[in-house]
Amino acid sequence: MHIRPEAAERHTLAVTVDNEAGILARIAGMFSARGYNIESLTVADVTEDASVSRITIVTSGAPATIEQIIAQLDRLVPVHRVVDLTDTGPHVAREMALVKVAGTGDHRIEALRLAEVYRARVVDATTASFIFEVTGGPEKIDKFTELMREVGLVEVARTGVAAIARGKDPL
Amino acid sequence: MANEMTGADMLIQALTDLGVEVVFGYPGGAVLPIYDALFRQPEGRRAIRHILVRQEGGAVHAAEGYARATGKPGVVLVTSGPGATNAVTGIADAMMDSIPLVIITGQVPTALIGTDAFQECDTIGITRHCTKHNYLVKDPAKLGDVVHEAFHIATSGRPGPVVIDLPKDVQVASAPYRRPTATTTHKSYRPQIKADPAAVETAVEMLAAAERPVFYTGGGIINSGPGAAQMLRELQRLTGAPVTSTLMGLGAFPASHPAWLGMLGMHGTYEANLAMSEADLIVNLGARFDDRVTGRLDAFAPRARKIHVDIDRSSINKNVRVELGLVGDVGRVMEDMVRLWKARQYPAQDLTPWFARLDEWRAKKSLGFPSSATEIMPQHAIRRLWEATKHRAPIITTEVGQHQMWAAQHFGFEAPNKWLTSGGLGTMGYGLPAAIGAQIGFPDALVIDIAGEASIQMNIQEMATATQYRLPVKVFILNNEYMGMVRQWQDLTYAGRHSQSYSDSLPDFVKLAEAYGWGGIRIERPDELDDGIEAMLRADGPVMVDCRVAKLANCFPMIPSGAAHTEMILHANEVSGEMDDEAKALV
Repeated sequence: MHIRPEAAERHTLAVTVDNEAGILARIAGMFSARGYNIESLTVADVTEDASVSRITIVTSGAPATIEQIIAQLDRLVPVHRVVDLTDTGPHVAREMALVKVAGTGDHRIEALRLAEVYRARVVDATTASFIFEVTGGPEKIDKFTELMREVGLVEVARTGVAAIARGKDPL
Repeated sequence: MANEMTGADMLIQALTDLGVEVVFGYPGGAVLPIYDALFRQPEGRRAIRHILVRQEGGAVHAAEGYARATGKPGVVLVTSGPGATNAVTGIADAMMDSIPLVIITGQVPTALIGTDAFQECDTIGITRHCTKHNYLVKDPAKLGDVVHEAFHIATSGRPGPVVIDLPKDVQVASAPYRRPTATTTHKSYRPQIKADPAAVETAVEMLAAAERPVFYTGGGIINSGPGAAQMLRELQRLTGAPVTSTLMGLGAFPASHPAWLGMLGMHGTYEANLAMSEADLIVNLGARFDDRVTGRLDAFAPRARKIHVDIDRSSINKNVRVELGLVGDVGRVMEDMVRLWKARQYPAQDLTPWFARLDEWRAKKSLGFPSSATEIMPQHAIRRLWEATKHRAPIITTEVGQHQMWAAQHFGFEAPNKWLTSGGLGTMGYGLPAAIGAQIGFPDALVIDIAGEASIQMNIQEMATATQYRLPVKVFILNNEYMGMVRQWQDLTYAGRHSQSYSDSLPDFVKLAEAYGWGGIRIERPDELDDGIEAMLRADGPVMVDCRVAKLANCFPMIPSGAAHTEMILHANEVSGEMDDEAKALV
């Protein structure tokens, strides 16, 4: 049987893990050791007693590679569950960015106007700059920073994606 | 608290509670409290025996040999820094070959971690990706549970090495120890033992319908235990299908059986590889479609539907896409298949046409080799060694290279746990310490390390370990004064330019043996071979045999790297000399 090279797909994985020292190195190291992509990775503890962390990984690869990534994650001892949100149905993916724009005059006014369109909040302002806080899907953040580039963008910090499946059921 | 004890004492107590009989190790500054606890053990039947090796790498391979031969986990104790880094090769070896080990490494006191202290290294970071799991224990109260959990993880599911890094202050501090209850389940680690019944049913139906089936078995059957090897025989008896095996699976199915095809893969037999190529159904039982087995992937087994049974879900569809994957313990899965086959009363199939074709391929006699009256052919030496020892069901270990492949081809194994070799990582220097470990597990068994003169020097210091513990291991060196497999690849790929692949300034192995208190035997001519083997077997103690073999013999058959199963080189005269860059880039 032949394995044909398949186009890379982007998948968002939700991984619950023991909140222990070194867990992030274990996960990230597995990706680099096996040559998988990480587009974004976020982690935070999510249980009341802080014993379990939830990691959201955005990765890309051929379907067989995605299947292998899930199996390799699942094999790690501290990993509780791996859910492919892209596969299991509709989900909400959001990230937040802080965007610093410097400038005066028309650029400044245009930046504010665009921020309003994108529902970005001003969290810091000087006479020569703004910092915007913008939330949304990765594409929206991409588009917003792209626009800001034209009106004096000087710095961006992004959180990476947090994602959760739609509907009433938990993971 | 009444049962409060130091971390070091707790470690020994936990090991004792887990039934550990022997620890392979080497002391050093960061494990002194543990060595003192070992020293202070009450004498008696349950006292843990410590085997003092000569280099930490030897300790890990010895533990691997012990584990592979006995089926019990191997335990290693080494110090921090260089003790831990020396152990890394063996740990990676055990990871690749799924050998259950627990390695306890000393660490600098917690307050000094990260300060570049004397003999400090980031053992957890270094071993993270060559262990199944690892622990840095900072709280003595957790040590007991960690040790028990480490053994559970090392030995269950797909076995592997687990490292426990133990800072010196944790060894000295006190805490209560409680024996964990048997019902404690791990919060996230739960290997799947039983396969999905519907998948088992499909597998049995596919098997019953196949006209040209073949069982492709691997090390998973050995790991599953002797019951799995029995179950394989039963499944074969019911279905009548022929059996081939990977390097790691040799012994799971008896080599004397009429359905045995020999090993498959790069140095496998013609009949085994052609069977894979022409089969309409391949049932992979505890193997992992390794590149040494598949050859060129797009030409691998083009006519076969494939079933893959593996306890590690990530092995399924990793290298080869299969029609049916079953996640579970291979012994249990075969048991379910046998039960279902019997319940459905499938008749034994008529595989006569299939076996007729297998016989045609067998008639090629792909393991044939030229004979010589003046030189000892290495293949002949292995065959004579086998003939002379098979009635004693010896445990054979090997180093890595041509001698290893010749041993796999020409030594017949009838039972599991008799063949200990470094398959995945391919670690030269594995064989001698592994033989020591196996001999510790079975003091009365005949244990032979089939070695090459280059490999044996990689852990030759362990000869002293054998002397110290009066272990009668035999080392049978096929000495051709070359790193033969490197040279063979240079013959095949680089027009015979033998860059650095020779053995110069070799020690006199006979004198070396004597210097270590071993017996030393040299065999130089074909007519000395049988007597030399006999003398080796007669000796009560350890013996090193320097068997001078034909210098330029190469190991055939061979599927060149990146070639298909049907493109086997059967004889030396088919070797072309130089390969293109694409072939040179392959391993």
